[in-house]
Amino acid sequence: MTPLLSLRHVSKTFGSRPRAVHAVRDVSFDVAQGECLAVVGESGSGKTTLANMILGVFGQSSGEIWFDGKGLPIRRTLEHRSAIQLVQQNPLSSLNPKRSVGASIRLGLDVFGIGARSDRWRLVEDALEEVGLPGNFRRRPPAALSGGQCQRVAIARALACQSRLVILDEPTSALDVLVQARVLRLLEDLRRVKGLSYVFITHDLSVVRNVADRVAVFRAGRLVECAETPAIFENPQVDYTRQLIGAVPVVAEDELKLRESLSGGVPE
Amino acid sequence: MKRTIIILLRNPLSLLGAVLVAAVVLSAVLADYIAPFPEHRGAVVDFVHFNQGPTARNVMGTDLVGRDLFSRILYAFRISLILGVVVLAIAPPIGTLVGLFAGYLGGRAEFVLMRLTDVFLSIPPLVLAIAMMGVLEPTLMNAMLAVTAMWWPWYARLVYNIARSEREEGYVLAAEVIGASTLHITLREILPNCLPAIITKMTLDMGFVIIIASSLSFLGLGVQPPTPDLGSMVAEGARYLPDSWWLTVFPGLAILIAVFGFNLIGDALREILGADQ
Repeated sequence: MTPLLSLRHVSKTFGSRPRAVHAVRDVSFDVAQGECLAVVGESGSGKTTLANMILGVFGQSSGEIWFDGKGLPIRRTLEHRSAIQLVQQNPLSSLNPKRSVGASIRLGLDVFGIGARSDRWRLVEDALEEVGLPGNFRRRPPAALSGGQCQRVAIARALACQSRLVILDEPTSALDVLVQARVLRLLEDLRRVKGLSYVFITHDLSVVRNVADRVAVFRAGRLVECAETPAIFENPQVDYTRQLIGAVPVVAEDELKLRESLSGGVPE
Repeated sequence: MKRTIIILLRNPLSLLGAVLVAAVVLSAVLADYIAPFPEHRGAVVDFVHFNQGPTARNVMGTDLVGRDLFSRILYAFRISLILGVVVLAIAPPIGTLVGLFAGYLGGRAEFVLMRLTDVFLSIPPLVLAIAMMGVLEPTLMNAMLAVTAMWWPWYARLVYNIARSEREEGYVLAAEVIGASTLHITLREILPNCLPAIITKMTLDMGFVIIIASSLSFLGLGVQPPTPDLGSMVAEGARYLPDSWWLTVFPGLAILIAVFGFNLIGDALREILGADQ
């Protein structure tokens, strides 16, 4: 089966010699339809550069990126832009503070010509309802929404564009744990129902364990390991992956007992 | 908008500013009805009442050819406001577009646009205006042109700095990923975030434009007689100080009132719109 996204020997170099910075070096991997691939690594490992190349913010220096069996041109067509969307780390900054959240969502519909012009506000409301927000939130400014709600709006924007692959650039790192859990559950539900694929960029390995099908470990711009999630956590092949997993804080035994004694789930 | 007006009216200083600006604007607009001697705005001679101090007939006295100073000041407000409004209707949009595109596009566009701006900024404003007026004929239209030429670079610099910082915001990246056009990103996404600072600067600048225009007239390079202008009136009266003090003091006070009023409103707007950021 043809993978949805395919990278072959992709590299990105900023600047020129002697001060060239090799942000991404010779990276190859696939993302299947409906799959969630986590991209992990420390800061400066090239995760965001990789995301920007997939999104077409800038082109790769060498190598090829394929989407749905066709090579992606450096200057993306509207069809490609619509199919690959982004959810950013800072939910508040990703929405224009001077525009209503509805206007931010509608931008994609206008650019891609999705739906009849007179029907687009209804599509915006549908997208908001799909992420669990009331349709009338479209009139609100981002400042009137919580961080979690803003992140839902950002997800609604990607959905409204009818995207098939969503780049999630640390989508939960700016949220508190309870909101984080809700957003992750929403993303999981959308993946199941709509068959979306995710490239989930994060350095939170506990999140990775719960949401990703496969994990790609990056270090200094290179892909050092890529395997199924259980294999990465139970049998890492590379020292760097072991160090990353070893750096995850472990819950103390008495804390575990306390957690077990607490009843109730994550509040809605 | 409603909230802005309420906050504006609650602060005593901004309230004073609003009252002064309202008085100046109303005087200019209603000059034909308020002025005791509307015909004195032109080339009228009244040697019976020439160079008289304040009296019941002429509350601010008369000038050297007997024209009522109060009437002439009301009409001079009209000229100052027209000049201010025209300059601020042309200079900020030019400067804003230059700053927006330089700040957002970066690279060569930024280099060319901002170096051009720097050339204008490197010349002292009044010197530039005087040089232009030296070449052009001294008329109201040319005074507006000269003041506009010296004013737009300040808006270019202001908007450039904001646009440079805004282009790093996530919402700009989101619009780029969607494929929105450069025009959409600059005018619909970034510009609304620059507006509070632009509006505040425009309000503060209204006073400064009036001063610069008056300075040009004071030097004989602005509005020409017999059109009433506050700067020319001060210049003319200065030669007869201290004996004919009213010739200078009342037009000077009129400039002070207009500039002070617009500055108070500008300060209040800066606080309300958070333009200090």
